[in-house]
Amino acid sequence: METIQADIAIIGAGGAGLRAAIAAAEADPHLTIALVSKVYPMRSHTCAAEGGAAGAVKADDSLEHHFNDTVGGGDWLSDQDAVEYFVKEAPRELVQLEHWGCPWNREPDGSVAVRPFGGMEIKRTWFAADKSGFHILHTLYQTSLKYPSIKFYDEFYATDLLVDDGHCRGLTAIEMRSGRMYQFRARAVIIAGGGAGRMFPFSTNGSIKTGDGMALAYRAGVPLKDMEFVQYHPTGLPNTGILLTEGCRGEGGILVNAHGRRYLQDYGLGPETAVGKLVLKTMELGPRDRLSQAFWHEQQKGNTIPTPWGDCVYLDMRHLGEKLIDERLPFVRELATSYLGVDPVKDMVPIRPVVHYMMGGIHTDIRAATPLGGLFAAGECACVSINGANRLGSNSLTELLVFGRRAALSAIEHLNSDAQAGNDAALSAQAQAAQDRIRALFMRPVGTESISGLRREMMDTMELNAGIYRTEKGLAEAAMKLAELRRRYAAGVSLHDKTNVYNTDLLQALELGSMLDCAEALVLSGLARKESRGAHQRLDFTGRDDMNYLKHSLAYYHPSEPPRIDYCKVVVTKSQPGVRNYSGDKK
Amino acid sequence: MTDRSIELEVLRYNPETDSEPYWQRYSVPHHHEWVVLDALNHIKENIDPTLNYRWSCHMAVCGSCGMMINGSPKLACKSFMRDYENLIRVEPLAHFPIERDLVTGMDDFVSKLARVKPYLIPKQDKPVEEGEYRQTPAELKRYKQYSMCINCMICYSACPEYGLIPKFLGPAAITLAHRYNLDSRDGGREQRQEEVASGEGVWECTFVGACSEACPKHVDPAGALQQVKIASTIDWFKEQLSSWLK
Repeated sequence: METIQADIAIIGAGGAGLRAAIAAAEADPHLTIALVSKVYPMRSHTCAAEGGAAGAVKADDSLEHHFNDTVGGGDWLSDQDAVEYFVKEAPRELVQLEHWGCPWNREPDGSVAVRPFGGMEIKRTWFAADKSGFHILHTLYQTSLKYPSIKFYDEFYATDLLVDDGHCRGLTAIEMRSGRMYQFRARAVIIAGGGAGRMFPFSTNGSIKTGDGMALAYRAGVPLKDMEFVQYHPTGLPNTGILLTEGCRGEGGILVNAHGRRYLQDYGLGPETAVGKLVLKTMELGPRDRLSQAFWHEQQKGNTIPTPWGDCVYLDMRHLGEKLIDERLPFVRELATSYLGVDPVKDMVPIRPVVHYMMGGIHTDIRAATPLGGLFAAGECACVSINGANRLGSNSLTELLVFGRRAALSAIEHLNSDAQAGNDAALSAQAQAAQDRIRALFMRPVGTESISGLRREMMDTMELNAGIYRTEKGLAEAAMKLAELRRRYAAGVSLHDKTNVYNTDLLQALELGSMLDCAEALVLSGLARKESRGAHQRLDFTGRDDMNYLKHSLAYYHPSEPPRIDYCKVVVTKSQPGVRNYSGDKK
Repeated sequence: MTDRSIELEVLRYNPETDSEPYWQRYSVPHHHEWVVLDALNHIKENIDPTLNYRWSCHMAVCGSCGMMINGSPKLACKSFMRDYENLIRVEPLAHFPIERDLVTGMDDFVSKLARVKPYLIPKQDKPVEEGEYRQTPAELKRYKQYSMCINCMICYSACPEYGLIPKFLGPAAITLAHRYNLDSRDGGREQRQEEVASGEGVWECTFVGACSEACPKHVDPAGALQQVKIASTIDWFKEQLSSWLK
């Protein structure tokens, strides 16, 4: 097996991975950086983010406002020291991106424009029309081409971390175009592998978001934190799950039910505001968890519109006018028109909540360091945690930048302190074992278990039992089902394609393994959390319980048993848990 | 929801087992809102797990699923089945080496992209601490369209010149160079000209315009290349003029 040496290996070349690579290359041009990604960097799912990135820069805004919105939005499960660091670094990162050429929208005087987003007291979302993630990703990718020390390993799928003596010292990865396995030896490894939304059937996430980065760390003994917190975005196209940005509501779009009535005022988000008059942090500008939960209640009451793709409500943007829509939401118009045949300029758009984002992920501290020496994580795959129980829209793009950079700086600190080399023989043996496991998959005769069949069963149980509202019974059923699926996967999954070059049968088998592990961590963490907080809502424990659950869940991997669930403290510095008030008359 | 069935003919090729590509036919259901990518996913999940293609976002922004559909380069995620007759032929993007089935090699583009320096080379250095560069909405508008390229390779597949002369930098790479040249914050045009105005650069373009017709994001690379040619010609005259005046 060929070995590639690097100082820092980064798994994932989306927003966080690219930002980390650039930060490392800038900090020390002599470092070799291996950027290992299962797709070409510009295919990474950061490109699908639409609305924008939050950073307090305007005169009417402050770091304190951004802090308070984020901590309250997260239902006080965020670590406040991390949020403090995040809001402080945010403006610098967004300006840095501007200096690299990101085409942010502008005010007439040439300064950067901001738009309102949900759950924010002051408007602070920097945006590039409704393709903010796309422009951020391409700006980062194109900028990364400046640095000769960044070596791209595109379409390399990481299978295992190499760990010796409590330190991560590399990884193994399969090169898709040849099917060959390589071992990467690195003095520090950063995981930036993205989320895991594809474990649900109805998701805004691209096919690549299968939790591989999370699973890598989890299997190496690093706990997954707060996995039960899954964000449903309130406005997805019903037939495809395609996202219509929160910017639709930020620009003034409203939600109405089957009777043509706005309904959010019935769920603590009122009083109703005048159409066309934006009031921040209330009604349609409430946080995502509350809006998705309100949809569920409307559905229970029979106030939704039945469609061939499930029950919907309407997103009405007609009053915004063609000019504003074309200038600020052109992609939304294109998406709704082509994929659903509905033009938001003329028609109300049927939408329903859709799985969008994992608040949980690889347990890291404020330095983006995991408990495993030499291993760091950033972006959606990580849980720092700034997002707590519910992420505010436009915080995740900023998070990629702030903690992508932070992970690189921490990795460099680690290089400077950890002088010991790993045990070469032990690491090579691990790499060989990883390769043998893949070979065994090839050797196994084709059986009755199909990858798509197991995946469908996983998705169905997640949708049925781990959605917007959950119960003990449903979660317990999902836990049983996932344990069964993991057993069947381990015993029976096989490949129809036994060849080496660009074998997506193999790729999908490995991705399914990642998703099953993440799904089980999610369900077991949810089962153990007997309270309702943010995006984790239990019909059998309807209140928030700070006495018992103001703490982070930690799921620890076991190869054949369900994960062990433990907890760690939430860092509270200056904001004591309070009431999340999104009514418009709080002032 | 299925109103008819569609025959999908897919070009298959596995370098390990096949001496040359061959056609394979699959029957798939037709759904009104299905795109060709949905049909491929249906095949992969239900009929033939050995079929290989790239895809991710299913919303025409990641650029993964470019392929020839009935002979034209298209994004599979934005090509609706309803717009085709009962037989659809799907092939890998023209002008690129096939890695396997519908998966083509990207190396050529990636190295060309790096050569044109597709990043801001600031006219004036400014520390991050001093805040953003000012750029008016009108200045943004000058280059915005050219920043919308998703690198899907469809313009290369549509370009007859690239088919004939593989060393041609090609529509997307030159357009992205032009995007930075037009940026009010940028001062790097001269550095990019070395590649863009070279023998392998913009002068290979014969203004067929197929790239702009095929571009799924309406970036108009042909327009960008004509602007680059005009600007390069003006450079040449200026150079001549200054040498006459000496």
